[in-house]
Amino acid sequence: MNAIEVRNLTKRFNSFTAVDHVDFDVKKGEIFGLLGPNGAGKSTTMRMLCTLTRPSEGTAKVAGYDIIKEDARVREHIGLVAEKLIMYNDLTAWENLRLYGKLYNLPEDKLEKRIDKLLKFVRMEKWKHKRVGTFSTGMKQKINVIRAMIHEPEILFLDEPTLGLDPQSTVEIRELVRRINIEQGTTMILTTHIMVEADMLCNRVGIIDRGKIVALDTPSNLKKLVSGTDTLTMEFEIPNLTTELLGNLKSVDFVVSVLQEDATHVKVRAKGEDSFDRLLDLIRKNNGKIKIVKNLEPTLEDVFIHLTGREIREDTKKASPRRRPPWGNENERGRR
Amino acid sequence: MSAKNVLSHSFWICWKDLVEFSRSKMRVIMLILMPLFMMAMVGFIFPSNNTTIKDQPVAVANLDVGYALYVPQNHTNISMNMSQILIEQINLVNNQTGMMKLSGARDFDEIKTRIQNGELSAGIIIPINFTREIVMGRQGSVEIVTDQSNPQLSATMQIVLSKTIEAIGTQVAMYKLNTTYNISMNYTISYIKPYNVEYRGIVEGESNYFQFVAPGIIAMTLMMSVMTGLPHAISYERDVGTLDGMLMAPIHRISIILGKVLAQTIRGLVQAVIIFLLAVFLFGVTIHGNIILVVLLILLTVYSFVGLGILITSFSDREETAAMVMMTLMFPMMFMSGVFFPIQQMPEFMQMVAKFLPLTYATTALRKVMVLGADTSAVSLELAILIGFGTILLAVSVPVFKRAMTR
Ligand SMILES: Nc1ncnc2c1ncn2[C@@H]1O[C@H](COP(=O)(O)OP(=O)(O)OP(=O)(O)O)[C@@H](O)[C@H]1O
Ligand SMILES: [Mg+2]
Repeated sequence: MNAIEVRNLTKRFNSFTAVDHVDFDVKKGEIFGLLGPNGAGKSTTMRMLCTLTRPSEGTAKVAGYDIIKEDARVREHIGLVAEKLIMYNDLTAWENLRLYGKLYNLPEDKLEKRIDKLLKFVRMEKWKHKRVGTFSTGMKQKINVIRAMIHEPEILFLDEPTLGLDPQSTVEIRELVRRINIEQGTTMILTTHIMVEADMLCNRVGIIDRGKIVALDTPSNLKKLVSGTDTLTMEFEIPNLTTELLGNLKSVDFVVSVLQEDATHVKVRAKGEDSFDRLLDLIRKNNGKIKIVKNLEPTLEDVFIHLTGREIREDTKKASPRRRPPWGNENERGRR
Repeated sequence: MSAKNVLSHSFWICWKDLVEFSRSKMRVIMLILMPLFMMAMVGFIFPSNNTTIKDQPVAVANLDVGYALYVPQNHTNISMNMSQILIEQINLVNNQTGMMKLSGARDFDEIKTRIQNGELSAGIIIPINFTREIVMGRQGSVEIVTDQSNPQLSATMQIVLSKTIEAIGTQVAMYKLNTTYNISMNYTISYIKPYNVEYRGIVEGESNYFQFVAPGIIAMTLMMSVMTGLPHAISYERDVGTLDGMLMAPIHRISIILGKVLAQTIRGLVQAVIIFLLAVFLFGVTIHGNIILVVLLILLTVYSFVGLGILITSFSDREETAAMVMMTLMFPMMFMSGVFFPIQQMPEFMQMVAKFLPLTYATTALRKVMVLGADTSAVSLELAILIGFGTILLAVSVPVFKRAMTR
């Protein structure tokens, strides 16, 4: 039995197709990841599944209900942790949770117990009657997550849940997602542009690029897509690394990509049976001293590059033509 | 989804809005200061009318040369000067009313300069042939010069001066009738003015400008809190992202609107009460109407604007756009609906426009009830129009809103 069945789902903004005839299923109880760069259409897909945006074409069944015809039923069974915080800074944690409890028709006694249980779940009992506006970003996000769970939804949608958090909070939120999935059996669908996150958390990952799902499988199967090919990823430590050498590496045709990691380390992806030998030759010919060579396991990043021919880079953030109020707002978590 | 659920959800959304509001000190202070500013400003911009005219500087230029009347009986000339008598009379009347501070002036040019310099409010010119005309049995005419840059004062001074001079004329006529035709002083007035006019308001007490403007300001504040408050509240939440939380909840879209409208209405009512109290205790406005009818009218005013507010919200996807659309719609309404000055004083085409603005009817009805103590039947047309306007706009705006929320 599937928790979500997406069929031919499409969203067009004027002439621009943000989500392009997407099909996938999410199994009950799994953590499903949508991985893709900025502007890939992750949020738009999530919003359509949450009944917040109407599809231009196609449809989906969420928790057994059609997102267009039975949108009201869908809403009863899902929770959303959106890109922006869904919380009122001037209200306390308790007041925020209570408001949503009331909107989900929870009876008074059950609601109080639920609030206490959820606060304990994220170890924030002490903060119950403090205003959310005074919380750190990590704390806000924890309350934001349990707020989405106030009515014990079958399916929880998380749109970039660790965006803008510091490393420690990121770990905490990831841990929280896993705990909710294991302890409550909640089906989860999360989006991310961080490869490691998808790899760590998700049972299955759909890679989305320019509105299309380009691959969908478990992380390990996805990686086999790359290791099954003749592409190699190697890390060289070259004490006398020069820009000239880097340039020469980039210019030869069997090298797929070159990524300088620091003054002495460089990551090279190369294609072809004898690419390893040819790489060593090339570096030596340029007077490069190779200290260490590591053959790297493929990552989801390699999968993405393999599939799209492009890298997912953090700095594409800036280039993303996203609509945002010019003055910014407090609910928006900072972007790294 | 039952009606009970819809109401309960609206209640919680309203509760949230009000708690949020009450925790922002700045907004609470503005809520109270806004009506105060409004009333005070209005008081300064629009001066009150002649009931409070006092010590206005007025100059009299007497150009009259008098008239020498030849008496054939004893071959002498009697020099006559009617203007002196007139001036004495003016002084006498003014001593009682205290409306003017009189001074002398040489001629029209001096009066003109002094009005231009702001030293005078008006001038009286007694022309060169004043006495002569009277002696010849014709009317003696007097010129009144007013400050056209201040139309309100100008009009008032015209009335004050004409009345003063007319009163003196009447006195003179009575005296003449008495001496010439031997008519008893008690009856002379019925020869000069066979008809008498008395002014009587339909409610007791004097009227002042605040009396006129307070109901209008109440109606306007209500309009603003629904028309700006509602779109602002919703587009703000949309920009910040919290609207998604409400749209995601299994609640009727109506609950969101209703909750927000309820919160805005409560804020509007608080302001209406503040204006009401200010008007009564600070600006001496007396309220004659039925308070229940006033409350009903206030609620109807809100009702008539809600649809418009929702419509604006649906069409403007951003807070900025919403604010711009609101301003464009609201300013004409504020000035063309007879809030600050009577519609009858506006040009004809503006009066036509005013007929299509609900604020016109809200203001008129509130004024009739609050100032004139009118009952329901007297404002039934306004009530019907407000209900009709509100219902039509709601019928249009609610489906539009529902569509706009799922894009
Ligand atoms: N309301 C809208 N109107 C017009 N274009 C939109 C709208 N919402 C999204 N888009 C466009 O659709 C594309 C996909 O946006 P979406 O937010 O789904 O991307 P995303 O994968 O979530 O990216 P990000 O990592 O930036 O959140 C983007 O190019 C975006 O500019
Ligand atoms: Mg997104």
